Amino acid sequence: MKVATLPRAACLLLSALGVPPLESAVIEPPAQDAAIVHALNRLGYGPRPGDVARVRDVGLDKWVDSQLHPDRLSDKDVEARIATLRTAGLSSADLIKHYQLPPAARKEFAERKAAIGEGATEEAVRQIRRDVAQKYGGDMEGGARQVVDELQQAKVVRAIYSERQLGEVMVDFWMNHFNVYADKGQDKFLLGEFERRTIRPHAWGKFEDLLRATAESPAMLFYLDNWLSSDPNAPAPGSRLERSRRFGQAAHGAAGPPTSMTKPGQDKRRGLNENYAREIMELHTLGVDGGYTQTDVTEIARCFTGWTINGLGRGAQGRRDDPDPEFAFVARLHDKRDKTVLGQRIRGGGKEEGDEVIHILATQPATARLISLKLARRFVSDAPPATLVDRAAETFRRTDGDIRAVLTTIVTSPEFQAPEARSAKVKTPLEFVVSSVRAVGADVSSASDLARRIASMGMPLYRQQPPTGYKDTAEAWISTGSLLARLNFALDLSAGKVSGAAVPAQGVAAAARDSRALADALALRLVPSGLSQQTRQTIDAEAATGLNPARIAGLILGSPEFQRK
Amino acid sequence: MPTTSRRVFLKSSGLALVSFGAVPAVFARAALAADGARRRKTVVVVFQRGACDGLNVVVPYGEASYRALRPTIALPSPKGGGRDAALDLDGFFGLHPALEPVLPFWRDGSLAAVHAVGSPDATRSHFDAQDFMESGTPGRKATEDGWMNRCLQANPDGQATPFRAVAMTPNLPRSLAGRAPAVALPSIRGFDLRASAGAAVARGFEDMYAGAVQDTLHGTGQETFDAVQFLKKTDPSRYIPAPGALYPRGGYGESLRQVAQLLRADVGLELAFTEIGGWDHHAAEGAVQGQLAGRLRELGAALAAFHKDLGSRMEDVVVVTLTEFGRTVRENGNRGTDHGHASVSFVLGGPVSGGKVHGRWPGLRSEQLYEGRDLAVTTDFRDLLGEVVARHLGVRDLAAVFPGYEPRPERFPGVLRS
Repeated sequence: MKVATLPRAACLLLSALGVPPLESAVIEPPAQDAAIVHALNRLGYGPRPGDVARVRDVGLDKWVDSQLHPDRLSDKDVEARIATLRTAGLSSADLIKHYQLPPAARKEFAERKAAIGEGATEEAVRQIRRDVAQKYGGDMEGGARQVVDELQQAKVVRAIYSERQLGEVMVDFWMNHFNVYADKGQDKFLLGEFERRTIRPHAWGKFEDLLRATAESPAMLFYLDNWLSSDPNAPAPGSRLERSRRFGQAAHGAAGPPTSMTKPGQDKRRGLNENYAREIMELHTLGVDGGYTQTDVTEIARCFTGWTINGLGRGAQGRRDDPDPEFAFVARLHDKRDKTVLGQRIRGGGKEEGDEVIHILATQPATARLISLKLARRFVSDAPPATLVDRAAETFRRTDGDIRAVLTTIVTSPEFQAPEARSAKVKTPLEFVVSSVRAVGADVSSASDLARRIASMGMPLYRQQPPTGYKDTAEAWISTGSLLARLNFALDLSAGKVSGAAVPAQGVAAAARDSRALADALALRLVPSGLSQQTRQTIDAEAATGLNPARIAGLILGSPEFQRK
Repeated sequence: MPTTSRRVFLKSSGLALVSFGAVPAVFARAALAADGARRRKTVVVVFQRGACDGLNVVVPYGEASYRALRPTIALPSPKGGGRDAALDLDGFFGLHPALEPVLPFWRDGSLAAVHAVGSPDATRSHFDAQDFMESGTPGRKATEDGWMNRCLQANPDGQATPFRAVAMTPNLPRSLAGRAPAVALPSIRGFDLRASAGAAVARGFEDMYAGAVQDTLHGTGQETFDAVQFLKKTDPSRYIPAPGALYPRGGYGESLRQVAQLLRADVGLELAFTEIGGWDHHAAEGAVQGQLAGRLRELGAALAAFHKDLGSRMEDVVVVTLTEFGRTVRENGNRGTDHGHASVSFVLGGPVSGGKVHGRWPGLRSEQLYEGRDLAVTTDFRDLLGEVVARHLGVRDLAAVFPGYEPRPERFPGVLRS
């Protein structure tokens, strides 16, 4: 088949992919490129057209080093794209004020729903919601749903377009390590700031600083209930409980799955909440087998009593002069007796007790190990070599938990580029969707549909309910339903059927002598690490039936090879 | 791993040797259909997310304090004989009238209740309590898989079909997460490869994954194509509900309708997961009418339709309802109830020892309440589930299903006929 007979769509796709004219059927990348492709897959969200050549020009080591210093890279393009999202960058207080249904609306909704309660159909309830939203809509900029949608969009857009690819991977890593669930009450309004002010500024510094930032973040204080934790013998609660009650009502009216919110009528409950104390050890620092006891949990919970949130209650009331919800230490709620944490005595005092706990936990060998293991698992393989984890943990200890240093140990190690590490990881749904979009060079005007597709593969962004976050091992992402969703996405994306993600039709087709050359070109472009014999045969068989670039691209994006990185 | 054993099964029958191309694949599926899709025992889990108020579902009207503790939301005693009264079950407990559609099953002995079921963990957080109940390990958050998945692991089945375990949810629920294959199937209709892609592309994908024998994706790929093919062949959508099986409109009726379709299509379903939300009634809970009544009406109508739809197949089916915890014994200042401790479970199906409220009733006197406010737990939910999966599915190693706690027959509530 001659180029002249290529369908127009094929030419456009070829052109969009930047497919070079190929004379041969070689599909294995040159040896030096394999290392580049691997680095692009692991330190970022996969190669875009032209990326391999760009890294080759710069030199792989230099490129890796630049990725290890994301602050040195300009990221204007992605910031311009994010700026089009109305809620991205708004403060928690602004989001609560303008995007949460006002109290009167929540009250009316509850009352009208109760009035028709008997045998109410879902449609009837939806109608009330619409009525109320319309009636009060003038007072609002948008709904809570928009806030979460744009959080998700921003994450996907950054992953696709950021030049700071490793920076985004690390933000994703820490957001998952310190998971917060958007649908737990007010957390949907707190997550933007959590990512922007808590995670990003600390993602490359000392682990202890990052840990402290999360401990003091309204999002985490709320998610793991520490804001409610107080000395059971604390003096009369007064304003704090008033605040908690009002906040509870606010959250009660909000849509979404059940939460562990304090509810009206439950106001007599006061005392220690061990939720955060347990998770900070089990998930954030020592690990589940980190050698702590139930007594340590209780003692740490006592140290953190009085670590709470200021400004949330009034924020939930939607007053114009609301301050941003922020960390507050309330001495009245604090258990002032002495404590013993992991064998160390902590003298009863105030906020500094919690700081001391954070220091103790951040400097435990088990913490160095857990963070090193999780990073090595993310960047190298599901079961990373013990020697590598040991070296990373040693770096952690030597540098007082310097995240950049630990990461450097891992990504510049021989294990990182070892043959057995290549293609060893299965992409998460986020990685699969983003790497597909990058590979075909699609132009994304809205990432809503992309986020929905990611959710349909089992990874609703910011919506992982348990504090464990998403798993980073293959078995979590391989299921029939989600594989089917991946194959359908591959077909839809290459056929231009994913809303908001267009393969740009610009320029005139590059040349491909025949359908086999087209298949070669697409294969090399989309899976520069190479295709298996079987996949290659399948693609060739498809190519032999006629020239349909969308279909060939769909097959390649859906291939087992493209599910890996 | 179950996947492995199924591959071994295929290999040992010589089919894997010729697994390229369309014709042998069909043979392979025929083998699966013949061996795996026999009628089997099935457990259907109904998770009531949001903490259902068990005290107003199976009502202890015989308790002197019941009405006093709930001045505006208590259901009238059946003894008064009013039209709106609770439906008498045994002279002490009554059924919420919104559940009248399932009363015939109570009478014919296929519906039982277990009162004061719950988790030993004290949490009153929906979020933690659901997690603990789904992982099957109260108090332990690091558990990675769910109790239903561990059931599959504990009972490896070399002849399992792709539909051995199905969740009628967009994502695999925590209960089914884990190593053993399980399908999340929000809708039977949507479970297919894009038709527009054409048969050649479908075959292409199948060949690629069949060829990737070194890859863990190989197994999942095969499962997916098996499942898609299997659904096409069995075409559950042609099973229209039996006469009289009127599923209520709305999401939950649709879930159970599709479970019934899968069962009637003999797809080899052994564990099904469904969920129904909206039980968190902190205000205006209602009594005979109201929010709780509305949810119960939908649940009751769906269960009744499911029972009618399946007819004699209910001999092989046990449905069990769960909720993360119950609600306060006293109603609160908003005519609702707050987060409590124990609640009630229903068990429905042919093998059920029905017409009875099982479990030890802990009482409502203040000294009998848990922490002075909630119904105490007298049946650990793991004993209930343990009995159901041990007796109905033949799962032997309950310690593997519920690590750290081995449900033992002497603690079983006795919901199934032995």
